[in-house]
Parts: sequence; structure tokens; C-alpha cells
Amino acid sequence: MAKFDETPIIKDPARDGIVTAPELREHATAGVHCWPGKEKDFTAIGLPPERVPNWQEKAIEKFGELLEKNKALRVYMDICVRCGACTDKCQFFLGTGDPLNFPVARAELMRKVYRRYFTPGGRAFPQLNDAADFDEEMLQKWYTYFYQCSECRRCSVFCPYGIDTAEITMAAREIMSSIGVATKYVTEVVAKVYETGNNLGIPSAAWKDNCEFLEEDVQEETGLPIRFPVDDEGADILLVPPSADNFANVDTMIAYGKLFHFLGIRWTTSTYCNEGGNFGLFLNYKNLKQVNKRIVDAARMLGVKTIIWGECGHAWRAAVLTPTLNGPMDMFDPPYPYHISQFVVDMMKKGAFEGKIDKSANDDLIVTYHDPCNTARAGQLLEEPREIIRAACNHFVEMPADTIREKTFCCGGGGGLLTDEIMPIRMAGGKPRAMAVKHVKANYLATICAICKAQLPEVMGYWDVPVQVGGVLQLLTNALKM
Amino acid sequence: MQETDLLWTLVSLVIIGLSYFAIIVFVFGLLSRLWEYLRTPQPLPGAVTPAPTSNAGAAVRVAKDVLIFPSLWKADKFLWAGSWLFHVTLALVLFRHLRYFTYPVPSLVLKLQPVALTIGYIFGITILYLFWRRLALPRTLYVSNLPDYFALALLGGIAATGIIVSYWTHVNLVDVKAFVIGLLTLHPTPPPNHPLFLLHFMLVLLLMIYFPFSKLLHAGGIFFSPARNQPFQVQEAGKRYVNPWDTPES
Repeated sequence: MAKFDETPIIKDPARDGIVTAPELREHATAGVHCWPGKEKDFTAIGLPPERVPNWQEKAIEKFGELLEKNKALRVYMDICVRCGACTDKCQFFLGTGDPLNFPVARAELMRKVYRRYFTPGGRAFPQLNDAADFDEEMLQKWYTYFYQCSECRRCSVFCPYGIDTAEITMAAREIMSSIGVATKYVTEVVAKVYETGNNLGIPSAAWKDNCEFLEEDVQEETGLPIRFPVDDEGADILLVPPSADNFANVDTMIAYGKLFHFLGIRWTTSTYCNEGGNFGLFLNYKNLKQVNKRIVDAARMLGVKTIIWGECGHAWRAAVLTPTLNGPMDMFDPPYPYHISQFVVDMMKKGAFEGKIDKSANDDLIVTYHDPCNTARAGQLLEEPREIIRAACNHFVEMPADTIREKTFCCGGGGGLLTDEIMPIRMAGGKPRAMAVKHVKANYLATICAICKAQLPEVMGYWDVPVQVGGVLQLLTNALKM
Repeated sequence: MQETDLLWTLVSLVIIGLSYFAIIVFVFGLLSRLWEYLRTPQPLPGAVTPAPTSNAGAAVRVAKDVLIFPSLWKADKFLWAGSWLFHVTLALVLFRHLRYFTYPVPSLVLKLQPVALTIGYIFGITILYLFWRRLALPRTLYVSNLPDYFALALLGGIAATGIIVSYWTHVNLVDVKAFVIGLLTLHPTPPPNHPLFLLHFMLVLLLMIYFPFSKLLHAGGIFFSPARNQPFQVQEAGKRYVNPWDTPES
């Protein structure tokens, strides 16, 4: 059946769609690692080509620098009381039982080092203060467990102080990357963006070809001259989709085309930047900023009035940072950054779809909505997707309250984890979502994130949940009387 | 001078010295940590959403976190009850201690008098519960470390000795008050010669010294959590969140 080692995964069934805390299984996922990155990619994205010789010293130096530059890290290193409120909240713990996947235990891997080098108690009496050296063993634990966190922030919702493990994971990965330790998947993706403009490494010519094929296909299907313009200077809107929309999730790409055709808006994608996703978020600040800058640069090159971000979760998380990372966006029409869901809801409020939606077109679907972690907990996008679904579908069901909105579970593949060598982690992490979907017996799982759309079909297959995974926008365009 | 008198004088001097040391460590230690939190920049906006969109809304969010622990309510109702009662009774006990510091004693403090013992007991029971919880649940047992037990044991010792000297083997209230006010007005007098009171007092000094170097900093740190104290407002025109150490202008 499965082509990977399933021992880390707990298969116990859920109750009423809710996965409860399993028994502890120490070291259950200690052996599940991402492959280390390659020299070529490291060099391309400004990391040391291999682990630096004085790595311990350099890592502690970097740690000190981050403590000076990052309030969240500074505060979160000190104030955790280890109350345990987060211990049954992480999907990677719920699916594996490995206690180092408690958010608090994961963070303590970093705090032990913090206390050892940055607090008087930990320096003087490391044993009494649960402080530990940053040695090879600790580095291995960091590499393993900070790449078993998807930076989804679910734990932060339940923490009395809002301690955000994503901030801690990001800092740990930043420190590791500064000494030449990072995963193949994340570094490769960032390198591809600089090379081709997108995470998948699709060359410009192939992007254009794909768009032309789409035009022909859609013309054949609908009889309408729906266009998928590329590098159209003078278009009003630059659409920044996740590149997967033009490759794996073409239904979402077609939906953008239909939507803009229906509204009569001149739009375009850019071959300089046909990617909203930003794996810099999963690596370090420098690349986060540099990758995101390409979006603003592409918009300027094309002279568009507005940038609209497509259905991608962490793209939106990076998008809301754009004015901070890349300078004021005042040259564009507000609101900025602008998400496709917000745009659609605004159009809906203006009456653009009045009398033009035939909900019965989606009557074969029982739709439920998976909040991507990033749009829900880092992007304030909770209502808009639901409004679109309600406007387009007659059968919309919500999953159990503890699994949606700000309490949503990560699909199990976010944060740079969507790579095949850690399949046990991904399938275990996807379990709470799968069980909730199974519980409501939906046959269409709608979401607005390309990573979720890549991960969830595998998760649903693994957990035997018969459901189609797809976008939100396509539900609307499917019901639009064009 | 008798030998015991000499010894008592020495003990008094040590306690007075320790008192000032503890006050200085507590006040300056705490202020320096809070200053660190305040001055360290937060590079990127980081509110965990759904978040309020105004500063006032964010302030309300933090105030709720401080006063009613809504996150714990979502996470674990028993833990919420235990820790909320623990903190509220701790606050009331501290408030009631004003009667050892003030003259005349505020009337509100006096009004607490009839329920003071009950409050003290609840405080003690919640400490026992929180200690038991750490040991009883495999998940909390796994994450608890020595400082976690130490902090609870210290508070438990303070609560127990406090209740005993107030209600069982009474310490003379007038003596305590003279001693405390003497310390605060920089005219120190010897402490009441009551071993359990002295133990209570020394444990409090230990707590004060330990405070700025421990997880007890959550008391001030809670105000500085970017996930909670920031509004979500990156989309407002002309208004953007600025990273103090990296401010691109074009």
C-alpha cells in the first residue's frame, strides 16, 4: 500500500470528527528528516555552501543578533510557563504522539539553548535551569523538529500569552540557515524562483504555452473567448497566483480567467513573477524580502493599477507583509494587498453578480471549507471565502467548530514540509483534517491554498475519505451565467 | 549583652540587608527585563488573526488576556479554572497585604477581612491542583522542569506559612507593621521574633530575587506579545507597519 514507513502514524479513529490526544510515543518521529539541501542551491540563495567550520559559535552569535532584532523571539524565550495548554493542539503531535511535537517542547529545544547562552541562571547552573549546549545532538533535534512544524500558528491561539511557535521555528531555521544547514526542498524552491520566477521552475515559454492551451480548451468547453493574458503591459490587474494553478490546479486558473472575462477586466500574469508563494517565509528574512519584492517589481514593469493575490495561503501571509518588506504600495490602487476573495466579495457587494448566479449548477456538491492556516491565522480571511461559497452553492456544511476558522488544522504540508521524504509526517499531520471532513460527509473540500490543494488529496486518499479537493473561486465561476 | 541577643541582632541585620537586596533585585531586575522587551523592535507585523483592526481593539484583546484568560478557556476548562482562580486569589491576597503597609488601612482592604481566610485557602488549593496537574498528566509531566516545580513549591510555602501566622500561631500584627513600614521608610527596625513569620518573609524575599530571572516574567511579558498586542491593519492606505532596522522607501 503505502510506499513509506508508517510506524510514526497513529491510526486510531477519531470521535465525532475530533482527534483527541494520543498516548505519548517518545522519539516516534525522530527519524523522519527532510533531505539536506545542495551546495548549488545554497550558493544561489546566499547561504554558506556547506556547514561553516565554527558553526556553534556562529549559531549562537546569530541567535544573539535575532534576540536583539526580534521582540517576539525575545519575549517568547522568557515567558512560557509550560502550562501545557498547547500540548494537544498540534496536528503533528495528534498524528504521531511524539512529545517533541508539542509546541512547547519544540520551542523548549530553542529555549534550552537560549538559557544556556543568554541567561545568568542557565550559564551558571545549566542542569538546574534545564539549559543545554548547542552541540551536534541539539542541532540534529533542531533540524528534525523545526522541520516538522508547519508554522501554522494553531498553538498560538490556545496559548495564554499567544506565544507563536511560528516565530520560534522561523528563528531556528534562520539560525540554521546562517550556518549552512537547511533542507533541499525549501532551498531548491527559493532558488527556482530566482531562476524562473516561480516555485515549480516553469520556464516563461512553458507558462505562455500553458495559457494558450487553456484559452483553446476553455473556448472549446464554453464557446467563449476567455483569455489568459501573459505580460500584458497596460493591463489593469496583475494576478499573482501560486504557480501550481497553471499546472496542477488548472481549474483555479480557469476560474480566474472566467471571472475577469465576466467582469470585463483587463488582467495579466507576469513571467517575471508568476508566483505568489514565498518559501523565504520558511527559511530566512533576506529571502522572504527578496522573493516578495519580485511581485511589486513585476507590477511596476507592467504598469498595472492593482495587484491581486490568487488562491495561495502563505502567499497571502507574505502579501500582508509587503508594505513593510518592500516599501509603500501607494502607487497602486487601494486596497493593498488585495486578495482574490476580497475582490470577489467587493464585486458581489457592488452587485456585479446580481441575478447571474445559478446555484443549482453546484447542486451535486456537498461543500465544506478548509481554512488554510495562513489565510485564517495570519491573513484575516475567514468570512470572504465562506461568503463566496454561500453565494455559489446550495449545500455548504461546516466541519466541527474546533477544526475551522482560527482553530483550523494545517493540512500537514505547509511551512516547507510538502516533500515526499517526510510522507509519514505529512499524512499524520493531515489526520485531524481528514477526520473532520469524513465526519461531515462532504464530497467537495474547498480551500484557497495551493499547498493544501496539493497535500489534501494525498491525505484524503491515505485516510480513505472520498472527497474532491478544489478551489473556492471555481465554485463561483461554475455557477456564473456567462 | 547576652549571647542570644547578639545572635538576634545579627539575624535582624541579615534580614534587613536581604530585604533591601531583594527589593533592589526585584525592581531593577524586572524593569530591565521589561525595558528589553519594550526596546527590542518587532520587524514584521505578527498579529494572529482574526485580530482587531484598531489599536484600541488590540488593547482590549490584551486586557482580556490579562484578566479572563480566554485562550485557556478555549484550550482546557480545568486548567482555565485552576489558573484563573490561582491568579485572582493571588491578586486578592496581595491586595489584602496592604494592611501591613498602610496606615490607615484602606476600607476596601478591611472589607475583605471576613473572606480573607477562604481566599487564602483557595489560593493554596489551586497551587496544589496546579502542582498535581503537572505530575498527573503525562503531557504536562513531560514538559515540566525543575523551575516549574520550584516556582509552585515556593508559592505554596509562602501561602502555607502566611495562613499559619495569620490564623493559627499568630504573629503580632503591630510588630509586623512596624517592621515593614520601617523598611519602606528607610528606618529599619528588627523584625518580629517569630520563626514562622520569618520563614514566610524569607520565602517572599527569595521569590522576589528569583522573579526577574524566571518564567514568572510572564506577568509583565504578556503585554509585549506581538501575536496579541498588534492590530491587523496593513491594508490601510498611507499607513504601513515599519520595520525599524529595515525600512525600504521605494
